[in-house]
Parts: sequence; structure tokens; C-alpha cells
Amino acid sequence: MPTETSTLTTQKTRNTKQLSSKLIRLLVYLSAVVTFGSLLFIILFILVRGVPYITPSLFEWNYTTDNVSLLPSLLTTLIVVGLSLLIATPIGVFTGFYLVEYADRGNKIVKAISMATDTLAAVPSIVYGLFGMLFFVTFLGFQYSVISGVLTAVIMVLPLIIRSTEEALLSVGMPLRQASFALGAGKLRTIFTVVLPVAMPGILSGVILASGRIVGETAALMYTLGTSTNLPTDLFSSGRTLALHMYVLSSEGLHVNEANATAVVLVVFVLVINALSTYLSKRLSKGGK
Amino acid sequence: MRQAYEEELKQLNISFFRMGRLVNEAIYKSVQAFVNHDKELAKIVIEEDEKINQMEHDLEQSCIELIALQQPVTTDLRKVITVMKACADLERMGDHAVSIAKSTIRVKGNKRVYEIEELISQMAERVKEMVHSVLDAYTVDDVEQAKAVAEADKKVDQMRRDIHAECIEWIKQDSEVVVGSTDYMLVSTYIERIGDYVTNISEWILYLKTGEIVELNTHHHYPEEN
Amino acid sequence: MNQTKMTIRDLNLWYGDFQALHGMDLEIPENEVTAFIGPSGCGKSTFIKTLNRMNDLVQGCRIEGNVQLDGENIYSHRYDVNNLRKRVGMVFQQPNPFPKSIYDNIAYGPRTHGIRDKQQLDQIVEESLKKAAIWDEVKDHLDRNALSISGGQQQRICIARALAIQPEVLLMDEPTSALDPISTAKIEELVTQLKEDYTIVMVTHNMQQASRVSDKTAFFLNGYIVEHGDTRKIFTNPEHEQTENYISGRFG
Repeated sequence: MPTETSTLTTQKTRNTKQLSSKLIRLLVYLSAVVTFGSLLFIILFILVRGVPYITPSLFEWNYTTDNVSLLPSLLTTLIVVGLSLLIATPIGVFTGFYLVEYADRGNKIVKAISMATDTLAAVPSIVYGLFGMLFFVTFLGFQYSVISGVLTAVIMVLPLIIRSTEEALLSVGMPLRQASFALGAGKLRTIFTVVLPVAMPGILSGVILASGRIVGETAALMYTLGTSTNLPTDLFSSGRTLALHMYVLSSEGLHVNEANATAVVLVVFVLVINALSTYLSKRLSKGGK
Repeated sequence: MRQAYEEELKQLNISFFRMGRLVNEAIYKSVQAFVNHDKELAKIVIEEDEKINQMEHDLEQSCIELIALQQPVTTDLRKVITVMKACADLERMGDHAVSIAKSTIRVKGNKRVYEIEELISQMAERVKEMVHSVLDAYTVDDVEQAKAVAEADKKVDQMRRDIHAECIEWIKQDSEVVVGSTDYMLVSTYIERIGDYVTNISEWILYLKTGEIVELNTHHHYPEEN
Repeated sequence: MNQTKMTIRDLNLWYGDFQALHGMDLEIPENEVTAFIGPSGCGKSTFIKTLNRMNDLVQGCRIEGNVQLDGENIYSHRYDVNNLRKRVGMVFQQPNPFPKSIYDNIAYGPRTHGIRDKQQLDQIVEESLKKAAIWDEVKDHLDRNALSISGGQQQRICIARALAIQPEVLLMDEPTSALDPISTAKIEELVTQLKEDYTIVMVTHNMQQASRVSDKTAFFLNGYIVEHGDTRKIFTNPEHEQTENYISGRFG
């Protein structure tokens, strides 16, 4: 009977449908497990390999070839990140503001700037390193120094900050701006009291991303900041960041365990930065009056 | 929005009631004029009908606008419809008052029959009370009262028949009263008609309350009209 | 007949090469509600934005003609836009409160125009919220984020915010199109109250809304004003067939 056949076919298609949906669900679970598992594995691996070797001697003020203290590089990291952001954030944020709020979108120069920032963001960091070495270290004669490292890092993270600022500003909808303009507010007031508070978390996350990039950077800093084991005494002395320190330790092959311990400190360092910035951006976006 | 609508509806009710009172006055005055052969008063009734017509026109205009602009539904709609239909009935009642007034003016020294005039006067008194009562029922939304008014119309119909019979009796006896009696019969018919319009208004009050269009006190029971 | 608050004379508007408004002529009477109706894309929203120069924000928008507020051309070079917008407030289609507290939303306008005194601000906030008929609903949590309340309430907050700068004219661009019927009724009720103190111009897609709320109606079609006049007249006996067809739902 025709009715029976048709019920049979629908039964069949229903079965295949159920099967494929099950399969897809399995795949989704699987990829989630793989992603999360590998992250967990990496962290566990680092902790297991590194934690036993975290000793007080690693945190001694002066580096010697015996204690391979990481404290000087930890402090250097803070200095380099701090100085870089101090320079890059205002420049990047204001450039972003200019591009979104003031520049004429159709303008050729603006388009060029936009394209340049996109391209710069995609350039491998070793290229920045080479450029820094040729320009700051050699041409300007800064030698391997904090200033060379910082300036290179600034150029490297600038596109990142500009981009995220642009995106954050664009995400603030026209309705909010209109509301402000319709109340007779000028452009500056609108940007600073309405747009900025809303865009703040986005801008901040760009800055955090930038700091993360600097913390994890080795290639660009190796040829500009140098690898001196001492705490830099002024802008023109060399130093090494944690990541560089770790890189050097493991490439020398003499202090692999200490390198692992350094990795643990680095991971904790990054986690602390992240937590801090999340907290900060929450506070800022809530209190934006 | 309700507030604005309620306000307009209230205005509508007030105008409607004012028109009702004016019509009632016209009926009373026209009968008074007829019975007393007061041509001056009759002229006033005819002049004042202009005002009634204007009021009807304004009320209808207001109702149309209210429907067009507020799009009332359910009870709100029925209220507007009731006013619109009832004010047309009121206007017709006013026209009958004018007809009575015109008969008054036409009368030229006919022989009078005081007995019949007394009957007409009573009949008019009765209708006046009905008009008053139906307007009352309208303002307080009283269905029972509206039904009672419609019921009272039966008595008015009866009175008209009595007057006609009486007139015919008089005509048979005295040919001098033929012209006058014809007028009496005409006027009593006008008054009876006014009673019918009052019944109509009662029907609209019922509609307002129940949403059903009913016929109260139809003349179908009577074998012979006229 | 009330006095004329705004006069529009031969207003033409282009977006790039596209002419969106053609030779608009209109008077907006004081203390009345003027409604703009017409199918989508007929230019009514564009037109209302010319009344407080929100079109300035649109790139490639060019205007010719004359819009007068109390006899002064608002498109004259000397005319201060921010001052214009202080006098001609606006409420938008989507409720758009700032992501700030209710209090700060209302106080934003007055602060923009230089009012800093806390007491004075408190007073303005209370008055504005009362005028917008939402004071009772929010008075106990003025520090709550304005985005945390319902859409209908948000829109009334936006109205209160617009009222806080004490405008003379209030422009409303489809203020209820994003709201449920009950909120809509509340806003309509509010509009009829507000016209005592303000001149109101309202764009609406909802014909019934225009008929219920407005005193004057202008019917737009393809960038032209086809007909304008008393709402009573337009809704019972319009002069133009196009108006009649639109209002009775025979097209668009």
C-alpha cells in the first residue's frame, strides 16, 4: 500500500537524520575535548616539569651562572611592557579615534592608513626585530638597549591597538551617538562621555593583547633589547625579558629545569595580567558616567 | 489615549442630552401652542427647530470623527452608534413638533372641541414624560426603565385611537367641527409618532447594553392601523 | 488656530545624486501634535531630521531651502547647531538610553549645557521623569542602569531625557514602533499631555496612532508632501485620492 511505503521512507529518513545529528554532536564534543585537553595538558606539563625547580635562589637579586636568577628579567619585562604601553596606547588609541570619528571614511589617505595597519599587524615579529636592529640599534646608535627594545615593541603593537580601538569605536552604535547629538552635545563631549565608556572594554582588551604580545616576544627583542642578564640601569643599557631569558636558558641546554621553572612564572605572570585587566575593564565599563 | 477618548465621549453625551431636552421642550411648547391657539409660540417652535437640526448635524459629525480618528470597538463603538442613531430619532421628533406648530398656525377660527383638546393635552403630557424618562434611562444606562418607556408607548397608541374615535363621533354630530377635528386627528397622530421614536431610542439603549438590535412594542399586533 | 512654531519653505534634500525631498512646504503650529504619515521610504523620517539638523551627520547629504524656528532660519551659517538641538529635542525609533544610570541619562543634557549644581540637577531629573510619566516606576532606583528596564520604560526614559533640556519642540521618529501595545498606549497618552507645553512632531507608520494623537497630519509620498491639514479632515475627507487610498489601506 502506498501509505505504508511512505511511512517507511519517512521512518528511514528520520533514522538517517538522527544518525547524522548524533555524529555532528559527537564531533562538536570531540573538538571541545581536544581543545580544552591540549590546553590543560600544556599547563599541567609545564607545572609538573617546572614547579619542583622553583627555588628561592631563582629569585635572587643578582644573576649568576649558578643561580640563573629570573628576577632581573622579570623586572625588565615589567619595565619594557610598561614603557611600551605608555607610548603605544595613547598613539594607537588616538589614531583609532581619528580614523573612526574624524577622518572621512571615503578618503584615500585614510584607506591607505587602514591598509597599512592591517599589513603591519600581519608582519612576523622577526622582521620587526631586524628593522629595530638596523634602525634603532645601528643607525640611531642606541645599541642593544631598553629604548631600542621598547621602540621596536611600540611599532609592533601599534597596529594591534589601532585596530582594536577602531573596532571598539565602530561597535558603539549610531543610535547612542545620535542620542547625544540630539541633546545638543558636541562631538568631543559625545566621544568622551558616551562613546568612550562603551568602547572602553574593547580598547582595553586591545591593550591587554598588546601587553601579552610583548611579554611573549623573543625574536623582535633579541636583536634590540639584547640578552644582558643584568637589570638595566638606564634606558640605554641592555636587558632580557622573561621569554628571552627562557629562550636563552633552554637553547644553552645547561639549565633546562630552571627554564621550565621560568615557564611556570611566565604563565602565572600572564594569568595575573589577564585577571587584572578583566577586572579593570569591568570596573571601567560599569563606572562609565 | 483612553483619557482623551473618554473626554470626547463625555462631550458627546452632554450634547446628546442637551438636544433631548430641547426636543422635549419643543414638543411640549408645540402642543401648548396648539391647544391654546397660540400662534406666536408655534412660530417660536418652528424657529427653534433650526437649532435642533444644527445640533443633530454637529452630533453626527462628532460621531463620524470619533469613529474615524479613534476607531472605537465593543462598548465604545456601541456608545457612539447609539448616540448617532438616537440623535436622528430626536431630530425626527423635533420635526413632528414643527408639524404640530404648523397645524396651529393653519387653524383659522374653527369651532373648537374642548373635550378633545383636553385629551390631546393629556396625551402630550404622557409623551413628554416618556421623552424625559428615556433620556434618563440613557444617562444611567437603565435597561429596565428603557423597556418600561417602550411599554408606556402602548398607552399612547391607545390614546390616539381614542381621540380618533372621539373626533369621528363629533364630526357625525356637528359638521362645523369637521375641519378642526381633522387637525385634532393629525396632531394626535404626530404625537403618537413621537412616542414611536421614543420607543426607538429605548431600543438603542438596549443595544448599547446588550449589543443586540431588538424591536420593542411593534405595531404588528394591531389588525388595523390609522 | 495656534501660532506657527516652525515654517518650512521649499525644502529640497539630496543624498548624493538622489533627491529624497522635493519642495517641502509646511507650517508646524505651536502646542499641537503634527503627525507625518506615509509608506516606507517616502521621506518622512528624513524630513523630521531636517528639523533639528540631524541630517548634518549623514555624509553626502545636501539641503536647499529654508527651515525657520520662530522666524529664524536654522540653516543659516550663524545658527548654532547645538543650541538648535537644545530647543528642538528628539526621540528615536529604537529606545536608545545611554548605558549609564537612569539619573545620569536624564542629567546628561543639562550637564552638557552647563548645569553642574547637584540640587538643580536632582530637580530637573525628577521633573523630567514626572513629565514623562515614569517617575513612579523608577524613583526608587535612579542609580540602576537604564538598559536594565523594559523597552517601554526605556522609551519614556528617552522622552524624559529629551525633556530635561527644556526643548520647545519635540521630534518623535516612530517612537512606538518597537514597543508593545500597552507601552504604545502609554506613550500616546503622554504625547497628548505633553502638547500642552511643547510643540510635537511625530513620524508614525501607524495610521491609527496619527488619527488618535495628532491635530495636524501631513501625508508624504515619494519625497513629496501630498496633503497636509487638520487630522479630522484628512481622516474623514481628504482632498487627494492618494491620501484617501493610503489612509484606507488600499495601497502601501
